[in-house]
Amino acid sequence: MPFVPHTLEDERAMFETIGVDSIESLFDEIPKKLRAGVLQDVPEGISEMELLRLMNERARQDEVDLCFIGAGAYEHHVPAAIWDLVGRGEFLTAYTPYQAEASQGLLQVIYEYQTMMSRLTAMEVSNASVYEGASALAEAVLMAVRANKKSKSRKVLCAGNVHPRYISTCRNIVTNQDIAVETVGWDDATGLVPPESFETWTGEDIAALVISWPNFFGGLDEVDRLTDWAHEQGALVIGVVNPMALSLLTPPGEWGQTGADIVVGEAQPLGIPLASGGPYLGLMCCKQAIVRQMPGRIIGRTEDLDGKEGFALTLQAREQHIRRAKATSNICTNQGLLVTAATIYMSLMGDAGMRAVASQSHNGMTRLLKRLTDIDGVTLRFQGPVFHEAAIRLPLPAVEVLTQMASEGILGGFDLGEVDESLSDCMLTNVTETKTDEDLDKFVRSLRRAVEG
Amino acid sequence: MLIYERESKGRSARAQYQPEQEITDLPAHCLRNERAGLPEVSELQVVRHYTNLSRKNFSIDGEFYPLGSCTMKYNPRGAHKAASIPGFLNRHPLAPERYSQGVLSCLYELQEYLKDITGMKAVSLTPMAGAQGEFAGVAMIRAYHNANNDFERTEILIPSAAHGTNPATGVMCGYKVREVDVTKDGDVDIDALKAAVGPQTAGLMMTNPSTCGVFERKVEEIAQIIHEAGGLLYYDGANLNAILGKVKPGDMGFDVLHMNLHKTFATPHGGGGPGSGPVGVGPRLEPFIPTPVVGKRSQNDADYYYWVDEKEIPGTIGNLSAFMGNAGILLRAYAYARLLGREGMHRVGEYATLNANYMARRLEQAGFQLAYSSRRATHEFIVTLSREARELGVNAMDFAKRLLDYGYHAPTTYFPLLIPECLLIEPTETESREEIDGFVDAMAMILREAKECPETVKGAPVTMPVKRLDDVKAARNLDLAWRES
Repeated sequence: MPFVPHTLEDERAMFETIGVDSIESLFDEIPKKLRAGVLQDVPEGISEMELLRLMNERARQDEVDLCFIGAGAYEHHVPAAIWDLVGRGEFLTAYTPYQAEASQGLLQVIYEYQTMMSRLTAMEVSNASVYEGASALAEAVLMAVRANKKSKSRKVLCAGNVHPRYISTCRNIVTNQDIAVETVGWDDATGLVPPESFETWTGEDIAALVISWPNFFGGLDEVDRLTDWAHEQGALVIGVVNPMALSLLTPPGEWGQTGADIVVGEAQPLGIPLASGGPYLGLMCCKQAIVRQMPGRIIGRTEDLDGKEGFALTLQAREQHIRRAKATSNICTNQGLLVTAATIYMSLMGDAGMRAVASQSHNGMTRLLKRLTDIDGVTLRFQGPVFHEAAIRLPLPAVEVLTQMASEGILGGFDLGEVDESLSDCMLTNVTETKTDEDLDKFVRSLRRAVEG
Repeated sequence: MLIYERESKGRSARAQYQPEQEITDLPAHCLRNERAGLPEVSELQVVRHYTNLSRKNFSIDGEFYPLGSCTMKYNPRGAHKAASIPGFLNRHPLAPERYSQGVLSCLYELQEYLKDITGMKAVSLTPMAGAQGEFAGVAMIRAYHNANNDFERTEILIPSAAHGTNPATGVMCGYKVREVDVTKDGDVDIDALKAAVGPQTAGLMMTNPSTCGVFERKVEEIAQIIHEAGGLLYYDGANLNAILGKVKPGDMGFDVLHMNLHKTFATPHGGGGPGSGPVGVGPRLEPFIPTPVVGKRSQNDADYYYWVDEKEIPGTIGNLSAFMGNAGILLRAYAYARLLGREGMHRVGEYATLNANYMARRLEQAGFQLAYSSRRATHEFIVTLSREARELGVNAMDFAKRLLDYGYHAPTTYFPLLIPECLLIEPTETESREEIDGFVDAMAMILREAKECPETVKGAPVTMPVKRLDDVKAARNLDLAWRES
């Protein structure tokens, strides 16, 4: 029997101890008419060998030669050591460190993660992570409404160039608590949210402002001005960041005069495979003054009875298993395994490695854009610098170009028409350090064929 | 020792990257001025450091881990390997459907299995953990009442034995939470329920078997009371392992449920995550199911799998993450289901129940008091140590810590809250009789120690990397990130 170790002798001895004659008698408290019959839709079991053959066949169907899609999930080199280490049973099959003495390894990993993540974002504290980037934004908005003592508002402003699925996820979660997320439109020429457009809200009571860095189109907004404006209004600032970019770009803790208040983002670029969208890693940092409003697990360094250094879950009075209905969130898990992966990634890469990856990604994107605009009718949709991703305007609907390129084994980008009809002639394309000049050549040739026929 | 305390300026893992390139086209005010301060260590230092940290951890692979309500059963390596095939790992979440038929076919089939197992009409795999599944479930209940223009329902009922996530979820969905008492036999108090229910009731969230480790015998009556009042019934699947293949929540009258695939479908807990919390719904809530789900149609005489989104489900509560959820975990669950098959699925609930009843009886014979001794145990059961705490001054926490010294992870302690000095114990179906016997023997030894030399138990653990930690200091002098001193 797969994964059930009982022999007939075991069963006999166990029945005798319990005082029953069959397993069936153990279910005698369940009303008869509720008992399930055979599971018709579940197939017969197969062996591990058959399973791996089946799964290899299926996985092969999904292979492509080159992928230039980003839009919130990025292909980076994943050092071999990471998943060998993360795959150790001691990490893989442990649970939430409720028994701190028997979980010091994982607790220390999370403490190191908190240290690295707070340094990367230049924020004072990090939690032990939440599910992923988009739901992290929802948690940040709920947190901001609780934490902003100057504001009575349940309204949050959100730059319209934040990832559209982040905005929808956020709304789907926070509207249940009567919080409104109002978006601020982006400028048609730059894709940025112009600080001037915020004058409409000057003087209004707003709980928080959400800004993305880089924004969904890869561009770089005026985060300093936006941060200072929000703080003048008494609003908190929530930064949505790509942690890979932060090795190069101004960290949110240094935006404007006093920095962002809450920072969230998707840490998938730090050693986590694309894997169809998850499991990923939601990073969440904040200023120390509002840490008691932060959701999720937090690890602290402390001492044991002998004064020896040790690590433990702390500030648990915020959490659902203690506070129940008064908790900061219903969140129960962190992404322990992905935290471990990201911590090992940041340790291996260091500042130098992350800056290398970020600069190669940026320069690769810049090189690709220069070559693309030689093709008739292909232009940059927005003016201004980008990090490693850009909206490219095409002379045909993006879906047609992308379908043609895909038939040559190249996923050329994300069809922006899927999120905004006015951008249906644009694709969002990303380059990382994984793309060689030869790959970029293939992309350009394929795009040229798709556009010129 | 922290990784930072191993660093030397200028050291790095240089095989991992090519040199940094100069950036010439970004404005200076966009650029970071100072390095972030990540560790400077070699690749071997990293590998050795994290290998050694892994050893300072209890895990299912290393130890018996009978953590009640967490279903810490064997996580098959085959399922892990199947989900780690490069074609799956490298697939971008936004890759076109045509280049995603492999993963989509697995997810579609998993949806079908889960529908059958739970007796539900539709399943969405997208919630990323049990708590997010709970959120999705209660948000659907709210969407249902709103769609009926029924805005008077402001309250969610929850039995007092419930997990903390239940009341926290009710609040996240904008409801007031009212707790309902449990009788001394562990069933919901029907009179208290009748008194609490009314036109303000949006629904009831229930775990069955409950966290008391017993099957709720009056579940049909409870369903009737809630439905007659116009409320809906939510099934918290935390304890689904107990009845897998034996009872379908849909047949008990539940309208919506979530499953914890990291429990029931043996996907690794990963030190606290990732989880996966798919939701299943009956006909009333189908129009509100979270997106995306996977559909199947016939195209050129072959099956074609596709994403079903809000265009096809206009009433949906929407997406709950940037992409489709924890696909990698869902693939592991799919692999587990294929390995077990139909027959194996039926055995899960059976042998989980056999192990729990055997262990409960053996502990009772060893002199321990069961919280519900007149009831059948389900897949888990509760031992209460209030007598030991009163007479010997040795409490449930002391037993838990001493178990670590004997090489066993402690059961869940002090939960459910309504049983004093309790241990909630769940052996799971994958443990052998010898392992269970070993745990019972250790408990008996600790009981003897508690009588003869209580200080040994109260001073435990002594074999772990640290002794008991100062939680008060951790909360008072917050040290959440390392700073060079």
